Amino acid sequence: MTLTAPAPAAETPRSRRRAPRPVQRMRDTYRRYWYAYAMVAPVVIVLGVLVGYPLARGFYLTLTDANSLNSARTIGVNTIDATYKFIGLDNYAEILWGPAAYDRFWSHFVWTIVWTVTCVVLHYVIGLGLAMLLNQRLRGRVAYRLLLILPWAVPTFVTVFAWRIMLADAGVINSMLDTIGLASPSWLEDPTWQRTAAIMVNTWCGVPFMMLSLLGGLQSIDENLYEAAEIDGASAWQRFRHVTLPGLSSVSSTVVLLGVIWTFNQFAIIFLLFGNTAPDAQILVTWAYRLGFGQQPRDFAMSAAYGVLLLAILIVFTSFYYRWLKRNDQLA
Amino acid sequence: MTSSPSTHAPRKQRRRGDLGPVGQAGTHVTLAVASLIALFPIVWLVYLSLGPDKDDYLHPGGIFAKATLDNYSFVLTNTEFFNWLWSTLVVAGGTTLFGVMSAATTGYAVSRMRFPGHRSLMWVLLLTQAFPIAVLIVPMYEIFSQLRLVDSHLGLILVNCTTIVPYCSWLLKGYFDTIPVELDEAGMIDGLTPFGTFWRLILPLARPGLAVAAFYAFITAFAEVAFASTFLLDDSKYTFAVGLQSFISEHDAQWNLMAATAVLIAIPVTIFFYLVQRHVVTGLTAGGVKG
Repeated sequence: MTLTAPAPAAETPRSRRRAPRPVQRMRDTYRRYWYAYAMVAPVVIVLGVLVGYPLARGFYLTLTDANSLNSARTIGVNTIDATYKFIGLDNYAEILWGPAAYDRFWSHFVWTIVWTVTCVVLHYVIGLGLAMLLNQRLRGRVAYRLLLILPWAVPTFVTVFAWRIMLADAGVINSMLDTIGLASPSWLEDPTWQRTAAIMVNTWCGVPFMMLSLLGGLQSIDENLYEAAEIDGASAWQRFRHVTLPGLSSVSSTVVLLGVIWTFNQFAIIFLLFGNTAPDAQILVTWAYRLGFGQQPRDFAMSAAYGVLLLAILIVFTSFYYRWLKRNDQLA
Repeated sequence: MTSSPSTHAPRKQRRRGDLGPVGQAGTHVTLAVASLIALFPIVWLVYLSLGPDKDDYLHPGGIFAKATLDNYSFVLTNTEFFNWLWSTLVVAGGTTLFGVMSAATTGYAVSRMRFPGHRSLMWVLLLTQAFPIAVLIVPMYEIFSQLRLVDSHLGLILVNCTTIVPYCSWLLKGYFDTIPVELDEAGMIDGLTPFGTFWRLILPLARPGLAVAAFYAFITAFAEVAFASTFLLDDSKYTFAVGLQSFISEHDAQWNLMAATAVLIAIPVTIFFYLVQRHVVTGLTAGGVKG
């Protein structure tokens, strides 16, 4: 797998001369780039209508006290107008330092961080381990590979239910634990075990992607580097540390970023594993969803405010990550 | 999930790819255990789908003696299975068509042309893919209720497009990057307009890339849970991701029927996935970060 180098600028404007006056310059820009703009127009319009407008609307909702009782709605033939009012930044204040801030926001925030870090580390470590095992001359390699990506091939909404049956109180996992004489935890009821179960299922689902990406990365490392290292007397660990890991750095930086974003945003696994139970195992995304759609009355404003905060967290994280990558000179 | 084989991994002799008998055996054991863990939940689901009673999952030993395909025939004849199939195909197909069509030209423009706003567009495309569902779901729901798009497949297609369109643009950009620029130049010299170059030269070459984008869009829309669960109300309009949940309510959990339905859904998707997965990995990682 080759991670593509920056695109060569094929059709850069022929000359870089400066247009003298603003009007002239605008006309110039237009003439030079109109086809580029025409080509990106469909996506810009789609995103403007489907993302930009709802985003602005959502942000406005966070400044109100909208819920399902005062929003505009239609019951039969009657249309009821919205009666919610503008309350400024009160929602944010309540979330971040209101009386229930710890129970409702910060506890979930901490759990979300723990969840994201744990899952991504497990994905990466197990994925790398399996990728390295698969990257050798080995009988049955293809078969192993096919079996190992099964959790990714089967849709998540199917496999989560398989796990739910297996983790049920008298399900197969607890029967097995019983047989070998271990305590059988109530995976789907006890908060700590709920969290463990969620991490377990997500790890199971997420490893194959990491494994395949890293396997691709491993295969693109030049064999000669290992040979040279060996001639220089490098131990296995040194070869791993100084040849394998640097060779994987560009793939790793990509998959770790994707992993963090996907795990942080992971909705289906927690939502389907616990249904409407398990308040303590909810990460911020599912918690926000529950405020907006899993309770009565539905608290639209609060849910949207959580959404905005989530987005802010992701943006901050991503920009720091990019800056960090750039500083380490890993962005080709 | 307790196996962490990475600790043994670096010890092997990479250069010649030959392992000692111990290393060989260790590798096989680790991989076999990992494969078993990967396989087991699926096998278990298939096995449980053969048990006729909804509580059979509690005493799985008994299923062996009374295994039957009754659940399957019940699901196919007495549930909304085919309605769900139709809904899923409409939503996933619509999303794919709309997503790939609108994204193709953008992917090309972003790959080949440098224009004012190029960088910010790339940022927007990247960022929108990372949107948590919680950001858009509330305002979308509000807007769609007013437009009467809740409980409609069109509404769901539009919602899915918020992530699919930027994603496909990125993926296609990555693919266009791999097509030599010299081709474009040759086209231009022969007098083609930028649109002509795109349409006649590059698009035909990009067919594999389009296929991967289409496949990924399809699978994503197919497996989308949050929006579908919220926006679809009428149970004959459910997609599979919602329909499957409907077997499990607080009052009654029909695990056996759920398992049979799950197997019916999973088989074609899984086969389909295996056929194209190699390309998907490349597409996903190439589209992820590199600009």
